[in-house]
Amino acid sequence: MNFRRLRAIFRKEALHIIRDWRSLIMALAIPMMLLLLFGYALTLDVDRILTVIYDQDRTPQSRALIARFEGSRYFEITVRDGSYHDIDAGIDKSEVLLGVVIPKDFGRRLEQNQEAPVQVLIDGSDSNTASIAVGYAEALLLAHGAELRDESTIRRGLGKLKPPVDGRIRVLYNNELKSKNFIVPGLIAVILMIIAALLTSLTIAREWESGSMEQLLSTPLRPAELLLGKLLAYFVLGIADMAVAVAIGVGLFGVPLRGSVPLLISASALFLFGALCWGIFLSTVTRSQLLAFQASLLTSFLPAFLLSGFIYSIENMPWLIQQITRIVPARYFVAILQGVFLKGTGLTVLWPQVLFLAIYMVLVLTLATRKMRQKMA
Amino acid sequence: MIHIGNMTRRFASLTAVDRLNLDVARGEIFGLVGPDGAGKTTTLRVLCGLLDPTEGAVSIGNLDVGKNLDAVKDQIGYMAQKFGLYGDLTVEENMIFYSDLFGVTGQGRAELMTRLLDMTRMSPFRTRPAAKLSGGMKQKLALMCTLLHRPQVLLLDEPTNGVDPLSRRDFWDILYQLAKDGMTILVSTAYLDEAERCHRVGLMHKGRLVRCDVPDALKAVIESMSFAAEAEDLRQARHTLRQVPGVLDAEPAGAQLHVYLESGVKKEDIESRTPGIRLWPIRPSLEDVFIALIRAEERHAGN
Repeated sequence: MNFRRLRAIFRKEALHIIRDWRSLIMALAIPMMLLLLFGYALTLDVDRILTVIYDQDRTPQSRALIARFEGSRYFEITVRDGSYHDIDAGIDKSEVLLGVVIPKDFGRRLEQNQEAPVQVLIDGSDSNTASIAVGYAEALLLAHGAELRDESTIRRGLGKLKPPVDGRIRVLYNNELKSKNFIVPGLIAVILMIIAALLTSLTIAREWESGSMEQLLSTPLRPAELLLGKLLAYFVLGIADMAVAVAIGVGLFGVPLRGSVPLLISASALFLFGALCWGIFLSTVTRSQLLAFQASLLTSFLPAFLLSGFIYSIENMPWLIQQITRIVPARYFVAILQGVFLKGTGLTVLWPQVLFLAIYMVLVLTLATRKMRQKMA
Repeated sequence: MIHIGNMTRRFASLTAVDRLNLDVARGEIFGLVGPDGAGKTTTLRVLCGLLDPTEGAVSIGNLDVGKNLDAVKDQIGYMAQKFGLYGDLTVEENMIFYSDLFGVTGQGRAELMTRLLDMTRMSPFRTRPAAKLSGGMKQKLALMCTLLHRPQVLLLDEPTNGVDPLSRRDFWDILYQLAKDGMTILVSTAYLDEAERCHRVGLMHKGRLVRCDVPDALKAVIESMSFAAEAEDLRQARHTLRQVPGVLDAEPAGAQLHVYLESGVKKEDIESRTPGIRLWPIRPSLEDVFIALIRAEERHAGN
């Protein structure tokens, strides 16, 4: 390893990057765009459930229940005096998620201390949203029932009835239960993986295609010097991307950064280096910019998006897929990011993930250098 | 300075270079001439260590290329057919990049760069991006990049391919200058007029060195074999001539036919068998030599 030659490659790559300002802007703008797009669009929170009320009863009791729906931030009443037709048509057109039908004798039954059923209709085509909405509706009806019961016992001078089991729920970390806080750190990992692998996937293939590789091979330049020189240049760019992503995440989306910043930086550096090596490896193997680009898109984007646990929980995947996720580096980085951002966990907890990233980096770097060492044919 | 000993290079079933023997002396400009696929590029790649020979050995200035590749790389300047200039880098940046790779720095580099830029008359274009140079200037820049580490041997693979004639002459003037200073140059080319500028020429065909001599001697050898013929019906005459044993080939050349005889065959022998066709000796161009020798080679291979 010769430092002068390494520096020569680094300087040349840096000039390529700076002079090709279109690619430079792309390299910096794409992560921002992805982060904004996903950060705003990809929300798993369910609130403002569009609701149609069909009040057949029209009594003070039914109005009290409706008022409770109106008071909740989870429900938005689009039609107050609807009908079965409104509910059906609304669900068909996806304009309505939930229908609440209060039957005719609702008030009378309550007064007579009888069970007063309320019908809740829900569009179950998006099962995830539907089950959350059902949960909210159930909780609301339960709370309403409990209040009515309390009122009646107080009226009868018996005082408030204590529920037999009283769960005191406290949410640790992300205590507002905002999905953004969970998504954004994972998103940073996905973006970094894509950008890093894509950037470097072109660089060696370009040298082969332009014929400059043959020239370089006739100089004393060593494969490892070429590889590291290029890696370092793109590493700087990748770290800039990381900084942009973190700044947007914390500044714009208000994701808390509770853990250690040095740990965040060093883990990112490790992950970035591995991802860059992967791109270089693909570039070396394919020797074609087009092929390398496609291969890197396929092998970085899909696993990082689907198999990293950044949205889709790995625990819920079939056994075989779970085993496959073990070799996806983004999985470990997502775990590190979510830990550092939301829980403030340190190396004592996250060391296995960091260790994996280190092993991955060394492995891919070795593989790429090996492949480079081969001659022209 | 350059020694190629019984070197063979195969790619799967294809033999690109077949038992090649060649020695080039210090200060000599040796031209490797042949059609595409003759094995010129493979030969040059083996010489600079980009490919290993399947059999045989090559050495540069007493250093075996296979065993002392690092030392050899310092001695040779290789200019690939598609030279790897970086279009977005300026002339100067390209030169600095390559000199860095060879560990050439400091005052010595600055002086050498100035001298090279003056010699090639490229000084005014120091800060121009390589992509914006003309074809001839690109080749001169590529040549400068291979000269920065003061190599003893230059290996040039079709250096003037696609360059206009004027720039080509310019380029060759620089090569003569270098050879006069003791540089050994092995240049491959598909241009026969360019081969005539070399001190010695080797004709390559299908991986083999068909003939190797100074350009004039090559012509002399062939002079005894080359004739022109005139006839009323050129096509008919060509057909007739090609049937006669001892005739290697007859090629149309303007209003005449160029006829190549096997060495030792006299023109009277042919004339006696082809009434109405008269042959007279011509002074062959290298192109004629080339065609004749390749025909002879093919004839021998066929038998």
